[in-house]
Amino acid sequence: MTDEAPFLRLDWVLDNLDMLAQRTWEHVVLTLIAVGVGVFIAFPLTLLIHRRRRLIGPVLGVAGVLYTIPSLALFALLIPITGAFGLLTPEIGLVSYTLLILLRNGLAGLDGVEPDIIEAASGLGHTRMQRLWQVELPLAAPVLIAGIRIATVTTIGLVAVTALIGQGGLGFVIIVEGIRRSFTTAILVGVVLSIALAVMADRSLVLAERAVTPWARARAGMG
Amino acid sequence: MEFLGEVAAWLTDPANWSGRDAIPVRVTEHVALSAVSLSAGLAIALPVGLAIGHTGRWAGAVVAISNVGRAVPSVGVLGIAFVLTLPLVAATGLRGIGVPAALIALTLLAIPPIVLNAHVGIRNVDPELVEAARGMGMTERQVLRRVELPIALPVVMAGVRTAALQVIATATLGAVISAGGLGQYIVVGFALQDIPRMFSGALLVAALALLSDGLFALAQRASVSSGLRAAGMAETPAASFGV
Repeated sequence: MTDEAPFLRLDWVLDNLDMLAQRTWEHVVLTLIAVGVGVFIAFPLTLLIHRRRRLIGPVLGVAGVLYTIPSLALFALLIPITGAFGLLTPEIGLVSYTLLILLRNGLAGLDGVEPDIIEAASGLGHTRMQRLWQVELPLAAPVLIAGIRIATVTTIGLVAVTALIGQGGLGFVIIVEGIRRSFTTAILVGVVLSIALAVMADRSLVLAERAVTPWARARAGMG
Repeated sequence: MEFLGEVAAWLTDPANWSGRDAIPVRVTEHVALSAVSLSAGLAIALPVGLAIGHTGRWAGAVVAISNVGRAVPSVGVLGIAFVLTLPLVAATGLRGIGVPAALIALTLLAIPPIVLNAHVGIRNVDPELVEAARGMGMTERQVLRRVELPIALPVVMAGVRTAALQVIATATLGAVISAGGLGQYIVVGFALQDIPRMFSGALLVAALALLSDGLFALAQRASVSSGLRAAGMAETPAASFGV
Protein backbone atom coordinates (compact mmCIF):
# COMPACT_ATOMS: atom_id res chain seq x y z
CA MET A 1 0.00 0.00 0.00
CA THR A 2 3.01 2.27 0.25
CA ASP A 3 4.05 2.50 -3.38
CA GLU A 4 1.66 5.25 -4.36
CA ALA A 5 0.85 6.52 -0.89
CA PRO A 6 2.13 9.96 0.15
CA PHE A 7 4.59 10.16 3.01
CA LEU A 8 2.05 11.41 5.52
CA ARG A 9 -1.59 10.53 5.07
CA LEU A 10 -3.71 12.87 7.13
CA ASP A 11 -6.88 11.11 6.00
CA TRP A 12 -5.65 7.97 7.80
CA VAL A 13 -5.04 9.99 10.97
CA LEU A 14 -8.54 11.52 10.80
CA ASP A 15 -10.14 8.14 10.11
CA ASN A 16 -8.37 6.58 13.09
CA LEU A 17 -8.70 9.25 15.77
CA ASP A 18 -10.63 6.92 18.08
CA MET A 19 -8.03 4.18 17.78
CA LEU A 20 -5.19 6.67 18.35
CA ALA A 21 -6.91 8.12 21.42
CA GLN A 22 -7.43 4.64 22.81
CA ARG A 23 -3.79 3.62 22.23
CA THR A 24 -2.56 6.88 23.75
CA TRP A 25 -4.70 6.27 26.82
CA GLU A 26 -3.32 2.71 27.04
CA HIS A 27 0.18 4.20 26.90
CA VAL A 28 -0.66 6.59 29.75
CA VAL A 29 -2.10 3.79 31.90
CA LEU A 30 0.90 1.49 31.32
CA THR A 31 3.22 4.36 32.28
CA LEU A 32 1.25 5.49 35.34
CA ILE A 33 1.09 1.97 36.77
CA ALA A 34 4.82 1.42 36.17
CA VAL A 35 5.97 4.70 37.73
CA GLY A 36 3.41 4.44 40.55
CA VAL A 37 4.48 0.95 41.53
CA GLY A 38 8.13 1.92 41.00
CA VAL A 39 7.82 4.81 43.47
CA PHE A 40 5.85 2.62 45.88
CA ILE A 41 8.74 0.10 45.93
CA ALA A 42 11.66 2.51 45.65
CA PHE A 43 10.55 4.96 48.36
CA PRO A 44 10.78 2.61 51.38
CA LEU A 45 13.88 0.96 49.86
CA THR A 46 15.55 4.37 49.57
CA LEU A 47 14.83 5.16 53.22
CA LEU A 48 16.18 1.73 54.16
CA ILE A 49 19.48 1.99 52.28
CA HIS A 50 19.91 5.61 53.37
CA ARG A 51 19.82 4.39 56.98
CA ARG A 52 21.63 1.05 56.50
CA ARG A 53 24.56 1.99 54.25
CA ARG A 54 25.77 -1.63 53.99
CA LEU A 55 22.70 -2.40 51.86
CA ILE A 56 23.47 0.26 49.24
CA GLY A 57 25.84 -1.97 47.26
CA PRO A 58 23.60 -5.06 47.02
CA VAL A 59 20.34 -3.11 46.39
CA LEU A 60 21.81 -0.84 43.70
CA GLY A 61 23.64 -3.86 42.26
CA VAL A 62 20.42 -5.80 41.71
CA ALA A 63 18.64 -2.71 40.32
CA GLY A 64 21.64 -2.13 38.04
CA VAL A 65 21.49 -5.65 36.60
CA LEU A 66 17.75 -5.27 35.92
CA TYR A 67 18.44 -1.90 34.27
CA THR A 68 21.18 -3.40 32.08
CA ILE A 69 19.09 -6.24 30.63
CA PRO A 70 17.52 -4.98 27.36
CA SER A 71 13.76 -4.54 27.69
CA LEU A 72 12.67 -7.06 25.07
CA ALA A 73 14.91 -9.70 26.67
CA LEU A 74 13.59 -8.94 30.14
CA PHE A 75 9.99 -9.31 28.95
CA ALA A 76 10.89 -12.59 27.25
CA LEU A 77 12.59 -13.88 30.41
CA LEU A 78 9.45 -13.07 32.42
CA ILE A 79 6.92 -14.69 30.07
CA PRO A 80 7.46 -18.30 31.23
CA ILE A 81 6.88 -17.14 34.82
CA THR A 82 4.18 -14.49 34.49
CA GLY A 83 2.47 -15.47 31.25
CA ALA A 84 2.37 -14.07 27.73
CA PHE A 85 -0.84 -12.07 28.07
CA GLY A 86 -2.14 -9.35 30.33
CA LEU A 87 -0.40 -6.50 32.09
CA LEU A 88 1.71 -8.41 34.59
CA THR A 89 4.71 -9.20 32.36
CA PRO A 90 5.07 -5.73 30.79
CA GLU A 91 4.52 -3.98 34.11
CA ILE A 92 7.11 -6.04 36.00
CA GLY A 93 9.59 -5.22 33.26
CA LEU A 94 8.73 -1.51 33.17
CA VAL A 95 8.83 -1.21 36.98
CA SER A 96 12.28 -2.85 37.00
CA TYR A 97 13.67 -0.06 34.82
CA THR A 98 12.35 2.70 37.08
CA LEU A 99 14.01 1.24 40.19
CA LEU A 100 17.65 2.11 39.52
CA ILE A 101 16.74 5.68 38.52
CA LEU A 102 14.48 6.25 41.53
CA LEU A 103 16.84 4.62 44.04
CA ARG A 104 19.94 6.49 42.86
CA ASN A 105 18.23 9.85 42.88
CA GLY A 106 16.45 9.12 46.13
CA LEU A 107 19.72 8.31 47.83
CA ALA A 108 21.55 11.27 46.30
CA GLY A 109 18.70 13.56 47.39
CA LEU A 110 18.69 12.39 51.01
CA ASP A 111 22.49 12.30 51.20
CA GLY A 112 22.56 15.87 49.90
CA VAL A 113 20.75 17.29 52.92
CA GLU A 114 23.31 19.14 55.04
CA PRO A 115 24.14 17.42 58.35
CA ASP A 116 23.93 20.81 60.14
CA ILE A 117 20.29 21.16 59.15
CA ILE A 118 19.47 17.66 60.38
CA GLU A 119 21.21 18.39 63.66
CA ALA A 120 19.32 21.66 64.01
CA ALA A 121 16.03 19.82 63.44
CA SER A 122 16.92 17.28 66.11
CA GLY A 123 17.93 20.10 68.40
CA LEU A 124 14.49 21.63 67.94
CA GLY A 125 13.02 18.42 69.34
CA HIS A 126 11.91 16.79 66.08
CA THR A 127 11.42 13.04 66.29
CA ARG A 128 13.04 10.96 63.59
CA MET A 129 9.75 10.76 61.65
CA GLN A 130 9.09 14.50 61.91
CA ARG A 131 12.61 15.23 60.81
CA LEU A 132 12.21 12.94 57.80
CA TRP A 133 8.86 14.34 56.64
CA GLN A 134 9.31 17.99 57.59
CA VAL A 135 13.00 18.55 56.90
CA GLU A 136 14.81 15.87 54.93
CA LEU A 137 12.20 14.96 52.32
CA PRO A 138 11.23 18.56 51.47
CA LEU A 139 14.90 19.52 51.07
CA ALA A 140 15.59 16.44 48.97
CA ALA A 141 12.46 17.01 46.88
CA PRO A 142 14.12 18.54 43.78
CA VAL A 143 16.47 15.55 43.34
CA LEU A 144 13.70 13.04 44.18
CA ILE A 145 11.38 14.63 41.64
CA ALA A 146 14.18 14.75 39.07
CA GLY A 147 14.34 10.96 39.50
CA ILE A 148 10.59 10.61 38.98
CA ARG A 149 10.80 12.83 35.88
CA ILE A 150 13.53 10.71 34.31
CA ALA A 151 11.79 7.46 35.28
CA THR A 152 8.55 8.71 33.72
CA VAL A 153 10.10 9.90 30.46
CA THR A 154 12.18 6.71 30.16
CA THR A 155 9.10 4.55 30.78
CA ILE A 156 7.08 6.40 28.13
CA GLY A 157 9.87 5.56 25.66
CA LEU A 158 10.01 1.91 26.75
CA VAL A 159 6.27 1.19 26.70
CA ALA A 160 6.41 0.96 22.90
CA VAL A 161 8.47 -2.25 23.13
CA THR A 162 5.62 -4.00 24.98
CA ALA A 163 3.76 -4.06 21.64
CA LEU A 164 5.96 -7.04 20.81
CA ILE A 165 4.39 -8.98 23.68
CA GLY A 166 0.79 -8.04 23.04
CA GLN A 167 0.45 -4.67 24.86
CA GLY A 168 2.10 -1.55 23.62
CA GLY A 169 -0.08 1.56 23.67
CA LEU A 170 1.45 3.76 20.97
CA GLY A 171 3.99 1.01 20.33
CA PHE A 172 1.12 -0.93 18.78
CA VAL A 173 0.58 1.96 16.36
CA ILE A 174 4.32 2.16 15.57
CA ILE A 175 5.02 -1.57 15.19
CA VAL A 176 1.79 -3.30 14.17
CA GLU A 177 0.13 -0.53 12.14
CA GLY A 178 3.40 1.02 10.98
CA ILE A 179 6.48 -1.17 10.63
CA ARG A 180 4.72 -4.46 9.83
CA ARG A 181 2.77 -2.76 7.00
CA SER A 182 5.62 -0.38 5.99
CA PHE A 183 3.15 2.43 6.65
CA THR A 184 5.13 5.60 7.43
CA THR A 185 2.19 7.65 8.68
CA ALA A 186 1.45 5.30 11.57
CA ILE A 187 5.11 5.19 12.65
CA LEU A 188 5.42 8.98 12.63
CA VAL A 189 2.13 9.53 14.41
CA GLY A 190 3.04 6.98 17.09
CA VAL A 191 6.47 8.53 17.65
CA VAL A 192 5.16 12.11 17.76
CA LEU A 193 2.35 11.26 20.18
CA SER A 194 4.79 9.36 22.39
CA ILE A 195 7.18 12.33 22.53
CA ALA A 196 4.28 14.70 23.18
CA LEU A 197 3.16 12.53 26.10
CA ALA A 198 6.69 12.57 27.53
CA VAL A 199 6.99 16.34 27.25
CA MET A 200 3.58 16.87 28.88
CA ALA A 201 4.37 14.45 31.70
CA ASP A 202 7.73 16.13 32.29
CA ARG A 203 6.19 19.64 32.37
CA SER A 204 3.50 18.45 34.82
CA LEU A 205 6.16 17.09 37.14
CA VAL A 206 8.08 20.38 36.97
CA LEU A 207 4.89 22.16 38.06
CA ALA A 208 4.44 19.61 40.84
CA GLU A 209 7.99 20.29 41.98
CA ARG A 210 7.31 24.04 42.14
CA ALA A 211 4.16 23.37 44.14
CA VAL A 212 5.96 21.30 46.78
CA THR A 213 9.06 23.53 47.00
CA PRO A 214 7.63 27.07 47.28
CA TRP A 215 10.77 28.29 49.07
CA ALA A 216 12.89 27.64 45.97
CA ARG A 217 10.88 30.30 44.13
CA ALA A 218 11.00 32.69 47.05
CA ARG A 219 14.75 32.36 47.19
CA ALA A 220 15.13 32.84 43.46
CA GLY A 221 12.96 35.98 43.82
CA MET A 222 15.20 37.39 46.53
CA GLY A 223 18.37 36.72 44.54
CA MET B 1 12.58 -27.36 36.10
CA GLU B 2 11.16 -29.17 33.12
CA PHE B 3 11.11 -25.85 31.28
CA LEU B 4 14.77 -25.14 32.04
CA GLY B 5 15.54 -28.58 30.62
CA GLU B 6 13.80 -27.56 27.39
CA VAL B 7 15.85 -24.35 27.31
CA ALA B 8 19.08 -26.30 27.84
CA ALA B 9 18.01 -28.71 25.10
CA TRP B 10 17.36 -25.82 22.70
CA LEU B 11 20.69 -24.18 23.48
CA THR B 12 22.62 -27.42 22.89
CA ASP B 13 20.62 -28.70 19.91
CA PRO B 14 23.10 -29.05 17.00
CA ALA B 15 20.37 -27.73 14.67
CA ASN B 16 20.70 -24.35 16.42
CA TRP B 17 24.44 -24.28 15.85
CA SER B 18 24.45 -24.51 12.06
CA GLY B 19 22.87 -22.73 9.11
CA ARG B 20 21.67 -19.15 8.69
CA ASP B 21 19.85 -19.03 12.03
CA ALA B 22 22.72 -20.52 14.07
CA ILE B 23 23.56 -19.06 17.47
CA PRO B 24 27.10 -17.99 16.45
CA VAL B 25 25.66 -16.23 13.37
CA ARG B 26 23.09 -14.32 15.42
CA VAL B 27 25.68 -13.39 18.08
CA THR B 28 28.04 -12.14 15.37
CA GLU B 29 25.27 -10.12 13.70
CA HIS B 30 24.30 -8.57 17.02
CA VAL B 31 27.87 -7.68 17.98
CA ALA B 32 28.68 -6.39 14.48
CA LEU B 33 25.58 -4.17 14.29
CA SER B 34 26.32 -2.78 17.74
CA ALA B 35 30.07 -2.28 17.26
CA VAL B 36 29.77 -0.56 13.88
CA SER B 37 27.02 1.77 15.09
CA LEU B 38 28.76 2.60 18.35
CA SER B 39 32.00 3.40 16.49
CA ALA B 40 30.17 5.59 13.99
CA GLY B 41 28.28 7.31 16.78
CA LEU B 42 31.52 7.89 18.68
CA ALA B 43 33.24 9.34 15.62
CA ILE B 44 30.44 11.87 15.21
CA ALA B 45 29.53 12.59 18.83
CA LEU B 46 32.93 12.84 20.52
CA PRO B 47 34.34 15.81 18.56
CA VAL B 48 31.00 17.60 18.81
CA GLY B 49 30.69 16.99 22.56
CA LEU B 50 34.28 18.04 23.26
CA ALA B 51 33.92 21.21 21.18
CA ILE B 52 30.69 22.14 22.94
CA GLY B 53 32.19 21.45 26.35
CA HIS B 54 35.30 23.50 25.57
CA THR B 55 33.57 26.51 24.03
CA GLY B 56 30.29 26.37 25.96
CA ARG B 57 28.42 27.16 22.72
CA TRP B 58 25.16 25.29 21.99
CA ALA B 59 25.23 23.76 25.48
CA GLY B 60 21.55 24.47 26.15
CA ALA B 61 20.51 22.85 22.90
CA VAL B 62 22.53 19.72 23.68
CA VAL B 63 20.91 19.25 27.07
CA ALA B 64 17.44 19.87 25.64
CA ILE B 65 17.97 17.45 22.75
CA SER B 66 19.29 14.66 24.94
CA ASN B 67 16.35 15.07 27.33
CA VAL B 68 13.85 14.79 24.49
CA GLY B 69 15.96 11.95 23.07
CA ARG B 70 15.19 9.89 26.14
CA ALA B 71 11.49 10.11 25.27
CA VAL B 72 11.85 8.93 21.67
CA PRO B 73 10.81 5.28 21.37
CA SER B 74 13.85 3.58 19.86
CA VAL B 75 11.66 1.18 17.91
CA GLY B 76 10.14 4.26 16.25
CA VAL B 77 13.60 5.44 15.14
CA LEU B 78 14.22 1.97 13.70
CA GLY B 79 10.85 2.10 11.95
CA ILE B 80 11.40 5.50 10.38
CA ALA B 81 14.89 4.53 9.18
CA PHE B 82 13.37 1.31 7.81
CA VAL B 83 10.63 2.90 5.69
CA LEU B 84 13.02 5.59 4.44
CA THR B 85 15.69 3.11 3.31
CA LEU B 86 13.25 0.46 2.07
CA PRO B 87 12.95 1.63 -1.57
CA LEU B 88 16.75 1.91 -1.93
CA VAL B 89 17.52 -1.40 -0.27
CA ALA B 90 14.76 -3.26 -2.09
CA ALA B 91 16.25 -2.08 -5.40
CA THR B 92 19.62 -3.66 -4.57
CA GLY B 93 17.95 -6.98 -3.76
CA LEU B 94 20.38 -7.62 -0.90
CA ARG B 95 19.62 -10.00 1.94
CA GLY B 96 19.10 -8.53 5.41
CA ILE B 97 16.73 -5.84 4.25
CA GLY B 98 16.72 -3.99 7.60
CA VAL B 99 20.48 -3.84 8.14
CA PRO B 100 21.19 -0.36 6.68
CA ALA B 101 18.21 1.05 8.56
CA ALA B 102 19.38 -0.57 11.80
CA LEU B 103 22.89 0.86 11.36
CA ILE B 104 21.51 4.36 10.79
CA ALA B 105 19.06 4.17 13.71
CA LEU B 106 21.57 2.70 16.17
CA THR B 107 24.18 5.31 15.23
CA LEU B 108 21.66 8.10 15.84
CA LEU B 109 20.72 6.61 19.22
CA ALA B 110 24.38 6.34 20.27
CA ILE B 111 25.04 10.04 19.72
CA PRO B 112 23.10 11.89 22.49
CA PRO B 113 24.61 10.22 25.58
CA ILE B 114 28.16 10.61 24.21
CA VAL B 115 27.70 14.29 23.31
CA LEU B 116 26.05 15.02 26.65
CA ASN B 117 28.71 13.34 28.78
CA ALA B 118 31.62 14.76 26.77
CA HIS B 119 30.12 18.22 27.23
CA VAL B 120 29.40 17.75 30.96
CA GLY B 121 32.81 16.16 31.60
CA ILE B 122 34.70 19.05 30.02
CA ARG B 123 32.43 21.67 31.64
CA ASN B 124 33.14 20.24 35.09
CA VAL B 125 36.91 20.61 34.81
CA ASP B 126 38.09 23.16 37.36
CA PRO B 127 38.32 26.49 35.46
CA GLU B 128 41.44 27.40 37.44
CA LEU B 129 43.27 24.43 35.93
CA VAL B 130 42.25 25.57 32.46
CA GLU B 131 43.42 29.13 33.23
CA ALA B 132 46.73 27.78 34.56
CA ALA B 133 47.22 25.77 31.37
CA ARG B 134 46.53 28.85 29.26
CA GLY B 135 48.92 30.82 31.46
CA MET B 136 51.62 28.26 30.71
CA GLY B 137 51.19 29.16 27.06
CA MET B 138 49.19 26.17 25.85
CA THR B 139 47.06 26.65 22.77
CA GLU B 140 43.30 25.96 23.04
CA ARG B 141 43.82 22.60 21.34
CA GLN B 142 46.54 21.66 23.82
CA VAL B 143 44.36 22.74 26.75
CA LEU B 144 41.62 20.45 25.51
CA ARG B 145 43.86 17.47 24.73
CA ARG B 146 46.32 17.62 27.60
CA VAL B 147 44.29 19.05 30.48
CA GLU B 148 40.53 18.92 29.97
CA LEU B 149 40.22 15.55 28.22
CA PRO B 150 42.34 13.49 30.66
CA ILE B 151 40.40 14.90 33.60
CA ALA B 152 37.02 14.45 31.90
CA LEU B 153 37.78 10.98 30.50
CA PRO B 154 35.88 8.90 33.12
CA VAL B 155 32.74 10.98 32.54
CA VAL B 156 33.19 10.68 28.77
CA MET B 157 33.58 6.90 29.16
CA ALA B 158 30.39 6.77 31.22
CA GLY B 159 28.61 8.31 28.22
CA VAL B 160 30.08 5.71 25.88
CA ARG B 161 28.96 3.00 28.30
CA THR B 162 25.38 4.34 28.31
CA ALA B 163 25.43 4.54 24.52
CA ALA B 164 26.70 0.95 24.23
CA LEU B 165 23.88 -0.29 26.43
CA GLN B 166 21.32 1.62 24.39
CA VAL B 167 22.75 0.29 21.12
CA ILE B 168 22.81 -3.36 22.25
CA ALA B 169 19.24 -3.09 23.57
CA THR B 170 17.98 -1.48 20.38
CA ALA B 171 19.87 -3.96 18.18
CA THR B 172 17.63 -6.57 19.83
CA LEU B 173 14.64 -4.70 18.40
CA GLY B 174 16.31 -4.83 14.97
CA ALA B 175 14.57 -8.19 14.52
CA VAL B 176 11.34 -6.26 13.98
CA ILE B 177 12.79 -4.84 10.74
CA SER B 178 14.60 -8.07 9.75
CA ALA B 179 18.04 -6.77 10.66
CA GLY B 180 19.10 -10.09 12.25
CA GLY B 181 20.75 -10.34 15.64
CA LEU B 182 19.66 -12.20 18.74
CA GLY B 183 16.29 -10.44 18.86
CA GLN B 184 15.30 -12.72 15.97
CA TYR B 185 14.96 -15.65 18.40
CA ILE B 186 12.78 -13.60 20.74
CA VAL B 187 10.46 -12.13 18.12
CA VAL B 188 10.10 -15.36 16.11
CA GLY B 189 9.89 -17.45 19.28
CA PHE B 190 7.07 -15.30 20.61
CA ALA B 191 5.23 -15.34 17.28
CA LEU B 192 5.44 -19.16 17.06
CA GLN B 193 4.90 -19.53 20.82
CA ASP B 194 8.18 -21.48 20.82
CA ILE B 195 8.95 -20.47 24.39
CA PRO B 196 12.32 -22.26 24.79
CA ARG B 197 13.60 -20.45 21.67
CA MET B 198 12.32 -17.10 22.91
CA PHE B 199 13.75 -17.63 26.41
CA SER B 200 17.15 -18.80 25.10
CA GLY B 201 17.38 -15.74 22.87
CA ALA B 202 16.58 -13.52 25.84
CA LEU B 203 19.26 -15.25 27.95
CA LEU B 204 21.84 -14.67 25.21
CA VAL B 205 20.86 -10.99 24.87
CA ALA B 206 21.00 -10.47 28.64
CA ALA B 207 24.40 -12.16 28.82
CA LEU B 208 25.74 -10.03 25.98
CA ALA B 209 24.47 -6.79 27.56
CA LEU B 210 25.82 -7.61 31.02
CA LEU B 211 29.18 -8.70 29.60
CA SER B 212 29.56 -5.57 27.50
CA ASP B 213 28.46 -3.32 30.37
CA GLY B 214 30.99 -5.01 32.66
CA LEU B 215 33.78 -4.44 30.14
CA PHE B 216 32.84 -0.78 29.76
CA ALA B 217 32.73 -0.42 33.55
CA LEU B 218 36.32 -1.70 33.71
CA ALA B 219 37.36 0.64 30.90
CA GLN B 220 35.71 3.51 32.74
CA ARG B 221 37.65 2.71 35.88
CA ALA B 222 40.91 2.37 33.92
CA SER B 223 40.31 5.72 32.24
CA VAL B 224 41.07 7.72 35.38
CA SER B 225 44.37 9.41 34.60
CA SER B 226 47.23 7.94 36.62
CA GLY B 227 48.34 11.39 37.75
CA LEU B 228 44.89 12.10 39.22
CA ARG B 229 44.71 8.72 40.87
CA ALA B 230 48.06 9.24 42.58
CA ALA B 231 46.95 12.67 43.80
CA GLY B 232 43.70 11.21 45.12
CA MET B 233 41.78 13.64 42.94
CA ALA B 234 39.90 11.01 40.96
CA GLU B 235 36.30 12.07 40.74
CA THR B 236 33.64 9.43 41.23
CA PRO B 237 31.19 9.57 38.34
CA ALA B 238 27.86 11.26 39.03
CA ALA B 239 25.79 9.20 41.42
CA SER B 240 22.39 10.40 40.31
CA PHE B 241 20.51 10.83 37.06
CA GLY B 242 20.41 14.53 36.19
CA VAL B 243 17.69 16.29 34.26
